[in-house]
Amino acid sequence: MRKRLAPTRRRFLGLAGSAATISVIPGVSLRPAEATPETMAAAIRTVVGGAVVQTGKVKLDIPPLVENGNTVPMTVSVASPMSADDYVKSIHVFNEKNPQPNMGNFYLPKAGRAQISTRVRLADSQKIIAIARLSDGSFWSVSADVVVTLAACTEEVM
Amino acid sequence: MASALINVPKKAKRGDIIEIKTLMSHIMETGFRHTAAGKLIPRDIVTSFTCRFNGAEIFRADLFPAIAANPFVSFFTVATESGRFDFEWIGDNGFTETASATIAVE
Repeated sequence: MRKRLAPTRRRFLGLAGSAATISVIPGVSLRPAEATPETMAAAIRTVVGGAVVQTGKVKLDIPPLVENGNTVPMTVSVASPMSADDYVKSIHVFNEKNPQPNMGNFYLPKAGRAQISTRVRLADSQKIIAIARLSDGSFWSVSADVVVTLAACTEEVM
Repeated sequence: MASALINVPKKAKRGDIIEIKTLMSHIMETGFRHTAAGKLIPRDIVTSFTCRFNGAEIFRADLFPAIAANPFVSFFTVATESGRFDFEWIGDNGFTETASATIAVE
């Protein structure tokens, strides 16, 4: 009996702990300068210029609920034949609430498939936007919302 | 040199799409964290990653503090001929690392 009870209790405490974390996060205001939707929009503008960004073609694979924002797997892929005259030139990823709006720029001069994977940090629950620049000069984007329970970047170190 | 992990297929058929996975051991200090005493820890990240095949660039990435420690990047290319992939990481404080891998295309 005891053996059965112990893990249940531990699990309960664990759940209680993570619930506490969730409720605490919105109150944290000690964070240094953070990107805002406006700075993200500005960062996007530096990449696309005045071009119209259309929605579609791009797929962003990122877990919708993240326990630890310090390392979050992310895959961006673009529906493209990747032929000599129709290919993806680059993929740019932006975030809303990390201290900096840029996450990564990936240039694909000779890729067989327009797909990249990496691991990112997320400082808060937020929206991630991936934008692809195609060889014809058009821009395509997709966004994903991620809920983060343990944020990256903000903790103190000894 | 042991700080880089590269995964490239040893052999491929001509025209195959192959995935290349890379992992570089690096702290990726964001420059946004403080010590308990309130001192800002200076940024120390890998800012650029490049992959060349037989001298020609096939993939390049600009990395930012939002990339997790020990940056992992994977991408795809087409196997056209046998040759050598050269990988290069460049970062803050004069950080540079290189690695290479060969592929046999039949």
